[in-house]
Amino acid sequence: MSALEEKSVPVTLKVTRPAVHRRLTPVAIVYIALAALLIVGSVLVGLRGEVLLDQGGILNILTRATALGLVAIGQTMAILTGSLDLSVAYLVGLTSLIAAETMAGRDGMVVPGVLLALGVAAGVGLVNGLVITVLKANAFIATLGVALILRGYLEDNYTGPAGDVPRGFQHLGYDRIGPVPVAALLMLAVAALSWWYLSRTRPGYHMYAVGGDIEVARLSGVPTRRVIVTAHVLCSVAAGLTGIYLASRLGSGAPYVGTDAGYDLESIAAVVLGGTLLAGGRGGVVGTIGGVFILATLDTIFDDLEVDPFFKDVVRGVVLVTAVALYARRMMANRARGRLT
Amino acid sequence: MTWRPRLAEGTAPVLVVLLLLLVGLAIVGPAYDEPSGYLALLKRAAPLVVLAIGQYFVIVSGGFDLSVGALVTAGVVIAARLINGSESATVWVILLVLGFGVLVGLVNGLVTTKLLVPSFIVTLGMLLVLDGAIFLWTGGAPRGALSAGFRMFGRGAVDVPVLGKVPWSVLILLAVLAAAVLFMRGGTGRALVAAGDNEAAVRLSGGRVDRLRLLAFVLSGLLAAIAAILLGGFASVSAQVGDGLEFRAITAVVLGGVLLGGGRGSVVAAAAGALSLEALFTLLNLLGVSGALESAVQGVIIIAAVAYASLGSGVRLRLWPKQRNPVRPAQPESS
Repeated sequence: MSALEEKSVPVTLKVTRPAVHRRLTPVAIVYIALAALLIVGSVLVGLRGEVLLDQGGILNILTRATALGLVAIGQTMAILTGSLDLSVAYLVGLTSLIAAETMAGRDGMVVPGVLLALGVAAGVGLVNGLVITVLKANAFIATLGVALILRGYLEDNYTGPAGDVPRGFQHLGYDRIGPVPVAALLMLAVAALSWWYLSRTRPGYHMYAVGGDIEVARLSGVPTRRVIVTAHVLCSVAAGLTGIYLASRLGSGAPYVGTDAGYDLESIAAVVLGGTLLAGGRGGVVGTIGGVFILATLDTIFDDLEVDPFFKDVVRGVVLVTAVALYARRMMANRARGRLT
Repeated sequence: MTWRPRLAEGTAPVLVVLLLLLVGLAIVGPAYDEPSGYLALLKRAAPLVVLAIGQYFVIVSGGFDLSVGALVTAGVVIAARLINGSESATVWVILLVLGFGVLVGLVNGLVTTKLLVPSFIVTLGMLLVLDGAIFLWTGGAPRGALSAGFRMFGRGAVDVPVLGKVPWSVLILLAVLAAAVLFMRGGTGRALVAAGDNEAAVRLSGGRVDRLRLLAFVLSGLLAAIAAILLGGFASVSAQVGDGLEFRAITAVVLGGVLLGGGRGSVVAAAAGALSLEALFTLLNLLGVSGALESAVQGVIIIAAVAYASLGSGVRLRLWPKQRNPVRPAQPESS
């Protein structure tokens, strides 16, 4: 627990923040909310005579969380740096196609396919980062522009699924240990790695610094441009991993697999739900994973209750706005307290 | 005294782009040799221009409105369901749709200003809620039909003495634009821009930032409802009619040189940006560029426009460096 708290408090604010141990951090709230949701969901599903967290239920939640989680981990880095990435949804589709078409059903091409997909993803992230830092375009517009370019490419070249993933590679998507899919463990490993990167390394601290105040960071000697570009490359690589994972699950690449799931806005929603400030500088991967699991659990509960799928969107919108309103109130309260003491 | 047209800063580039596109249209398309071709273009562009004007209010005051696309869909779907072909219902349904737009804007604005949630998140939540509610209500396939009276605003025309037949939508567009220009010249409009530029300064000088922001969202909602009525005239009733319009409106506003984050840009430029976007799509269509590449071109253009806006002055400086102290001030000779 102490690790979580330490993580969500940016270094610069440690001095002003009073009595950290008494106040719940957003990360703690997210996981309490997740636990409450699991209990309420179990009761509601239980009233229908079914079990929410049986083998199938756990599998369902984890599978949903894997793809969104990977995108959201990357999105966390972009948002922490004070940026955001709207191009991830099309990039997921593109990388799934690149991976599947390179593999073309041959076992020997698995590694080149994965590497090529990740390489292209990194390239797109580099473009995003350079447009923002060198051309000085607003991140919203820069990544929206890149998203539109990717969309044009996809619409021009593909009409439906393409490529073929060898059977051996599909193990990545379907193998599991007990009720836990291997891919979900890999996703959590990526999350742990990002957590370590963000809270235990110098480049990670630099991301918080740039997101907190880019001018102050620059004057303190942080290479702000490099930090922003790195965040975008990592964000796109995470989207590339999602594309590869989805290709292995679908058995082929699909141009609209990312946009149909709305991964661009959905991942931003998960990050913000996890307590990361949209303006950057505060938050982290641990909260994001909590946010992802909340969204995945909501979906699974609604499926079990056979609620109209469109009702999910309504609830999701309300949950998102309520959560952020809660965080905003707490921050105002903290700030007021900080001033008084 | 000579009168010079006053252009707000940043308006000139987009007007040049628009002019080039119109000249391009005149060269490529035979339909654009006479005014009717341009009237048709204006008529097609009207919903997007109206949306862009609404989006401008929100962006210039420092926010985002991602909910307008879903709001347009909601307006069209609600109108079709409630009118259901009966002519007599037209008037009150139009009022209802406008009221619904105001209500959505009010909720967006109140949550943003009172609950302190970033407008990006608020309107994203509103987008999800509206989309979900529309699908829930219609079951995915909207029913009902719009009456001829409702569709008149989008596709009908009226006789104007000099110009001949002018589409209703063009008249509505001009009225909205004129009202927006007058509003932005007035005190409230200026305060709105100031709130986007420096919120603290406006607050300290007695401006009510929260009310200004709220007003921007309400106007955006109202204009989205008007856009829905215009679009209902020539689009089919479907649950996808407004898809992606929010990003298109933001693109148009940014193309007009308006700064994301607020505080810079004029409403005329935003409207010109929307018109340019529509003219560009028409031109690409005439040139036979496939519809698929259209979005790629749109992407390249908005990146270029924003890069120009933020780098423009720097590039100019480097090309024509200002001479530093070309004339040394004469030193008073001391004897």
